[in-house]
Amino acid sequence: MEEEEEERNTKKKKKHGSAKREREEREEDGGKRTVKEKAREGRRRKHKRVETSSEPETSEEDELKEETEESDVRPESLTPEELEMLKEAVEEKKKLVQGLRGKPWPMKKKLVTLRESQEFVEKYEGALGKGKGRKLYAYKVMMSKKWMKFQRDFENFKTACIPWEMKIKEIESHFGSSVASYFIFLRWMYGINMILFCLTFGLVMVPEALMGRPYGTIPRKTVPRAEAPSAMDFAVLWDFGGYAQYSVLFYGYYNNQRAIGWLKFRMPLSYFLVGVGTVAYSYMVVIRTMARNANESGVGDDNSFNFSWKIFTSWDYLIGNPETADNKFASITTSFKEAILEEQESRKDDNIHLTRFLRVLANFLVLCCLAGSGYLIYFVVRRSQKFALEGLETHTWWERNEVNMVMSLLGMFCPMLFDVISALENYHPRVALQWQLGRIFALFLGNLYTFIIALMDEINLKREEEKIIKFNITTWEASLYNATGSENSTAPPVTFHPADVPRGPCWETMVGQEFVRLIISDTMTTYITLLIGDFLRAVLVRFLNYCWCWDLEAGFPSYSEFDVSGNVLGLIFNQGMIWMGAFYAPCLPALNVLRLHVSMYLQCWAVMCCNVPQERVFKASGSNNFYMAMLLVILFLSTLPAIYTIVTIPPSFDCGPFSGKKRMFDVIQETLESDFPAWFSKVFSYASNPGLVLPFILLMVLAIYYLQSTSKSYKEANVDLKKKLQTQNEENKRKNKLAALKAQTDLEEARAATQTAERPKNNNASPQRQHAEEEEDLGSSQRKNGRPPPSVRHQDGRPPATRAPVPRTLHPETHRSLGYLPGGGFPQQREPRMHRVPSLQRH
Amino acid sequence: MGTTASQLGKDLLSEYQELTFLTKQEILLAHKRFTELLTKDEKELQNTRVPTERILTLPELKSNPFRKRICHVFSTSEQKDGSLTFEDFLDLLSAFSDSATLEIKSHYAFRIFDFDDDGTLDRGDLEKLVNCLTGETDETRLTRDEMRQLIDNILEESDIDKDGTVNLSEFQHVISRSPDFVSSFKIVL
Repeated sequence: MEEEEEERNTKKKKKHGSAKREREEREEDGGKRTVKEKAREGRRRKHKRVETSSEPETSEEDELKEETEESDVRPESLTPEELEMLKEAVEEKKKLVQGLRGKPWPMKKKLVTLRESQEFVEKYEGALGKGKGRKLYAYKVMMSKKWMKFQRDFENFKTACIPWEMKIKEIESHFGSSVASYFIFLRWMYGINMILFCLTFGLVMVPEALMGRPYGTIPRKTVPRAEAPSAMDFAVLWDFGGYAQYSVLFYGYYNNQRAIGWLKFRMPLSYFLVGVGTVAYSYMVVIRTMARNANESGVGDDNSFNFSWKIFTSWDYLIGNPETADNKFASITTSFKEAILEEQESRKDDNIHLTRFLRVLANFLVLCCLAGSGYLIYFVVRRSQKFALEGLETHTWWERNEVNMVMSLLGMFCPMLFDVISALENYHPRVALQWQLGRIFALFLGNLYTFIIALMDEINLKREEEKIIKFNITTWEASLYNATGSENSTAPPVTFHPADVPRGPCWETMVGQEFVRLIISDTMTTYITLLIGDFLRAVLVRFLNYCWCWDLEAGFPSYSEFDVSGNVLGLIFNQGMIWMGAFYAPCLPALNVLRLHVSMYLQCWAVMCCNVPQERVFKASGSNNFYMAMLLVILFLSTLPAIYTIVTIPPSFDCGPFSGKKRMFDVIQETLESDFPAWFSKVFSYASNPGLVLPFILLMVLAIYYLQSTSKSYKEANVDLKKKLQTQNEENKRKNKLAALKAQTDLEEARAATQTAERPKNNNASPQRQHAEEEEDLGSSQRKNGRPPPSVRHQDGRPPATRAPVPRTLHPETHRSLGYLPGGGFPQQREPRMHRVPSLQRH
Repeated sequence: MGTTASQLGKDLLSEYQELTFLTKQEILLAHKRFTELLTKDEKELQNTRVPTERILTLPELKSNPFRKRICHVFSTSEQKDGSLTFEDFLDLLSAFSDSATLEIKSHYAFRIFDFDDDGTLDRGDLEKLVNCLTGETDETRLTRDEMRQLIDNILEESDIDKDGTVNLSEFQHVISRSPDFVSSFKIVL
């Protein structure tokens, strides 16, 4: 209301310049009310300022003043109403303190504000409660303070606990965020493997080792007589044969005893659940991380700010190495030029047929490579089976390790070949990188699956073998029984040493061994290529450079770059193998933890000492979910064969925790029947009835469909709203600008009019006022940063003419009013703020 | 306030933690690095200003094309010479830290890019910005036409009220949608 009145007054004044003086008088008469109104306006304005933080100076000083004024008041003489106000003020201060770190003020100001506010809070917080409540309040305050401190300390502790943080930061500041992203990924992987390791180690390996039957008591836990002489040889152990094969590291060692030790630990059940839990946990973590990444990037891929992003966000502030910086300059320049070029001529391909032909040719070549490598692996695996049947001893080292070596070598050289081929295609570097990654992915996947298929063949062979052996054993036992049975009255039953008992081939252990060998050889090749390809090369380039005919450092061999995408892919595939093999070789996560740990140090060292920054510096965040998606695909594809074998192939009859059962998952059934009360298994059998399961699955599918369609519609609505917002924004701004322009011309007219009318009457006021007006303009233009609604700006343009002289005349009165009302809660809240009027104008 | 004395006070340390996005270790590290920049007799004094040249010897800032602007923006010096006190230095690290909010990062980014300190990014500012990003050498520099085209495009996209300049709110609007900004606007010691 008052505002409106004032507005009307202003208008009136503008129309009739002569009426102005009259109005001023009236204002001076009615004094206080207008001042209050002004104070409120000032406060409102101040709030805005604090929010937008475009003008910290004044608000800070106001804060100070308010402080001194308010501390004069004694808390004892407060009415409930005032108390309420005080409480509010205290809350406000607290909020201010909390938000202080998010304010772009210089530290000194923040410090002063913090101290003042804390003093204020401390002083009045105690006064706020009464009697018992007061003590409780004080206690609560103290506890909250302690809690805050604890939280902060805990935060500090947490950041101190993150491993390799300093190492990664060093790399980050040297090579930029993309190389560092690989190491962060590596660390993340390490964390996951650590948990998997804890699961398998704590729930499977340690219980079996401690509480299970010791080594040598039963056949499956003993090295067979034939292998015993060579069981301790290093070559055999390195191949994970001999004693390593008959240990907790592999599936075959575990006994099918239902409960072991004094804890009655359900070993087979635990083994099965850990296997399932490993997979489930991995899925959960990967999907959760993906969702979080997707959330963070959010509306990432709308292309409306292509250029602005390029210019405002392309510099990576972490780069602290001149060489990287130079590369970054070059890449930014090319990206600018490309963007400009693309803008200028959107798609003008002159020789499209040639490009197409070349691309088709390139893809054909890549397919040939993939097929060739697949066939090679299949061939090698089959050959190795032949060798294995003939007995390993007759063959050379190469023939024994052929499979792993061939796989590692293929993984090493095929990507290089792809790189050469992709030069034919002439893609944009980013697209080329994705093609390259896709192809390597396909290669690795193809190799892995050929390997698995070959392994499946071997499993089938072993199972054939097993049948024969099983038959032999029964006859052997029967003969034994007959032999002992005939003379059982006299001689004690003949006991065989467990090493002499014939046994089946145990295909599960074989699978586990294959995977462990694969991992080991993969790790070895990685480290050796690192040492030769990076370190040796760097040493040669550095020292041969003194006596060579061309500049080695700048010229051909040069130093190697750190290949982020290749390394990430390697890591992902390695993890895939872990997931695949972990069920049959519980030691795999442990091995992987070891490998990642060494990798971390080795690669950190190699990067810092012998790699040069990439020529094309990509930023990390863009491809984050791309890698995660790959990891998810690999996870799915690697659990598929593992689950297939678990579900369809019956376990070996004489080794492993599930021996004697038809299928591995029968453990669950068994546990339900014997360990849980009868009603539970009944309920479970009802629940697993197809009549219930099928509708449930149907319901889930429906729910997924529903959620998906709603999310789609939300997305559409989002896009629509965005469009609407954009057009609205533009329209608003245009209108706003017009209005502002109009207001300005109006103001100028009015000013001219008043000046001509007033000059003879009032000499003093007008220069002062003009000055004030200028300041107001300045203020409003600064506030423009905070995007004021049009009406505010409109108002701001006008009132200064009327407001300017007021504070000077009324200033003493505000002081007096304070003196009269020492403890008045409401006025007390307000009156200190009056000072903002002068301070606002002083700046 | 014995800020640049050899040891930070406990109260002060906790206050700094309250006021910045830094952890205790980071503040202590910052303090160590900062005192390394001081000469011997400066260490005795309190609240010493370290001149820009010496700040720029820090490897974290050395190859940053905006290093002078960064010092300038964070300096509270009266002479506008870009010299930093320890508290200014903490402000700088806080704004560039991992956990700083998008709002504060974009605020400071805007001030860094605003080469003439007039509160908006006009064509001159943008040109200087592009030149900073493309490096000093002639071969990487854009031609006049390219520059004009580029700046036209930028203004086309981000100048929402079409007044020929980019102001803070427009800048923040653009930045807040960028996927890369928060991850790359970082400096760690």
